[in-house]
Amino acid sequence: MARKLLLEHINVPGINTLDVYRQKGGYRAVEKALKTLTPDEVVEEVKKSGLRGRGGAGFPTGMKWSFLAKPEGVPRYLVCNADESEPGTFKDRYLMTHIPHALIEGMIVSSFALGANTSYIYVRGEMMPQIRILERAIAEAKNAGFLGKNILGSGYDLELYVQPGGGAYICGEETALLESLEGKRGNPRIKPPFPAIAGLYGCPTVVNNVESIAAVVPIVNDGGDEYAKIGIGRSTGTKLISASGNLVRPGVYEIELGLPVEEFIYSDEWCGGIANGKRLKATVAGGSSVPILPANLTLKLANGEPRLMSYESLSEGGFATGTMMGSGGFIAFDEDQCIVRNTWNFSRFYHHESCGQCSPCREGTGWMEKVLHRIEYGHGKMSDIDLLVDVSKKIEGNTICPLGDAAAWPVASAIRHFRDEFEWHVNEPVKSLDTNYGLANYAEPIAKAEVTTGN
Amino acid sequence: MLKVEEQQPVEFSPALIEKFGEIIGRYPQGKQKSALLPMLHEVQAELGWLSTVAMDKVAARLDIQPIEVYEVASFYTMYFLRPQGKYMLEVCRTGPCCLVGAEKLMNHIEDRLGVKEGEVTPDGLFSWRGVECLAACGYGPVLQIGPEYTFYENLDEQKVDALIEDLRKK
Repeated sequence: MARKLLLEHINVPGINTLDVYRQKGGYRAVEKALKTLTPDEVVEEVKKSGLRGRGGAGFPTGMKWSFLAKPEGVPRYLVCNADESEPGTFKDRYLMTHIPHALIEGMIVSSFALGANTSYIYVRGEMMPQIRILERAIAEAKNAGFLGKNILGSGYDLELYVQPGGGAYICGEETALLESLEGKRGNPRIKPPFPAIAGLYGCPTVVNNVESIAAVVPIVNDGGDEYAKIGIGRSTGTKLISASGNLVRPGVYEIELGLPVEEFIYSDEWCGGIANGKRLKATVAGGSSVPILPANLTLKLANGEPRLMSYESLSEGGFATGTMMGSGGFIAFDEDQCIVRNTWNFSRFYHHESCGQCSPCREGTGWMEKVLHRIEYGHGKMSDIDLLVDVSKKIEGNTICPLGDAAAWPVASAIRHFRDEFEWHVNEPVKSLDTNYGLANYAEPIAKAEVTTGN
Repeated sequence: MLKVEEQQPVEFSPALIEKFGEIIGRYPQGKQKSALLPMLHEVQAELGWLSTVAMDKVAARLDIQPIEVYEVASFYTMYFLRPQGKYMLEVCRTGPCCLVGAEKLMNHIEDRLGVKEGEVTPDGLFSWRGVECLAACGYGPVLQIGPEYTFYENLDEQKVDALIEDLRKK
C-alpha cells in the first residue's frame, strides 16, 4: 500500500470534528512548532522537504516563504488559495469537506512560520458548504485554544477567517485573488512587485494552495528530511490527484510521486481502468490548462520508457511529446470522445473566464472559441487549423497572468497531436456531426523517438 | 414574466445588518471594502438578487462609491443582477462533466422546465443555466442550487426529475 500523509484517516467516522482529528494525532504539529521550534526552523523544515506548490506552478514552497519581506512594524499575511476552479481539479474540495482540520492546522503552523497574525482562506464562492464546514472547524479550534490570543501559552496570536469568492476562475491567480480579497474585480496585478514584497493591502504576503498548506503538517511532524525521502528526484512527497473522465473509479487519490501513469490508470488500487470496457484515447494530466496527450504518449515517453506521475516525467519531452503536472487534475478520454469538441469546450471556458484586462487574451480566447465552434459544427475551413495555431501563439506569453498561456496550450497541443481529427472534421462536415473520429492510431506504439526541442 | 422593479425600496433584516458588522470585523481598520464580496452573498441570499437600490445601500454601509459595488457585482458570475427563479439550477458544463453526459442533462432540464437557459418558469419557481467547472469533476454530472449552494452529484435524468419534483413540493 502506498503511503498516505494527507488522507490517511479520511475514512475515520467523525474525522471532520476536532476531537476525532486529535485522537488521530491532529494538532501535534501546532504543539511541536509553537513550543519547540522557532519560525525560521519551521521554514527550514519546509525547505528541506522539497515541497513544491500544489496549486499548479510547482514552485518550491520553502523558497517562496524565504522571499517574504519582513520590514519592521508592517503586518504580514498568509492567504490560502482555495479558489479551486481548474477544470479537472477537485482535490481541495475533497480535503476541505472531509478533513477540514488538516487545513486549519497547516494554516496555524504556516502562519507561525511566516509571522502572520491574521490569515485568510479564500474559498471559491460556489463552495458555500465547504465554507460552512471550515467556519465550524475554525470555531472548534478557537474553543480549544489553537487560535486567538497567546496560542498554547506561546505568546503567538492568530486570527483565521474564511473569505468567499464570487465565482471567477481568474481569482485562482494569486494577485487576482488578493485583488478580490480587497473587495475588487479579480484583475491580476503586474509583477513585480511580487506578493512577498507587496501583497494584501500592500503588505508582504504569501499565497499557498490548500494542499501545500496541509502538507506542512506532516513535514513539521516527521521532519522535512523524512518527507523528502518519499517520491522521486525533485518531486518529493505525496500528491493528491483528482481523477475524472471515463474511468472505472474516478475520485481523489493520494499517490507517492513517481507512480507509473499506466499503473495509476489501470491498477485496481487506483482508477481501475477505462470505464465500460473502452480503450484510452487521450489524457489531460494536470488540469485543463496543460497540453493534452494521446494515449501512447501518456503511458510512455517518446523514447519508450514508462512515464511517471512526477513533475519531471510528465513534462519530459517538452511540449513536443510531454505535458505538465499542473494541479494534478487527471482527465481521461475514452475512444468515443471527440477531441475537437473538448477543445472547443475548454476554449469556451477560457473565453468565459478571461478577465478582459489584456487584449491578446480577451480577444484571442473568443476568437479561438468561435473558430473551434465552426469546425465542430461542420463549417470549418482547412485554413482554420493553422489560424488556431497562429492565434494561440499570439496569446501565449503576451499577457499579464498565465491565463493566456493556459488558454493557448490546450488548443495548440490538441492540433499538434490530433491534427488528423481536426482535418477529418473539415473534410467530413456532415458525418462529423453525429459520428466520432474514434481511437484512430492514438494508442499505437510510438514509431520512433521524436525530436523533443521547441514547440 | 417577472417584472423588474429596479427602484423598489429595499429593507435589510436586522439579522443581515448584524451579519454585516461581523463580516467587516474580519479586516483591518480602513480595509472594510474587503467585506464587499461576502456581504453581496448575504444580500443575495436574503433578497434573491442584487438590485441597484440594494447595491447602493451596501456601498453606503462600506463607505465606498456605488460604482465600486456595481463593477464587482457585474464581474463575478455568482451575483444575479436581475431576479431569478426561486431555485436556480446551475449545471456544470465544462469538459470533464461533458465527458460523462452534462450536455444531455442540460437538454433534459430545458425540456423538463420548458424554459431556455437564463429564463424563469411562469410560476417563478425555477431557472437554470450552465456554469463553468464546479470542481467536482470526478462525480459528474453535477449541479448546485443557491443560496445554500446545495450540491448534487453523479446525476442522471431520473435523479434530476426527482429533484425537480421535490423542489416543487417544498
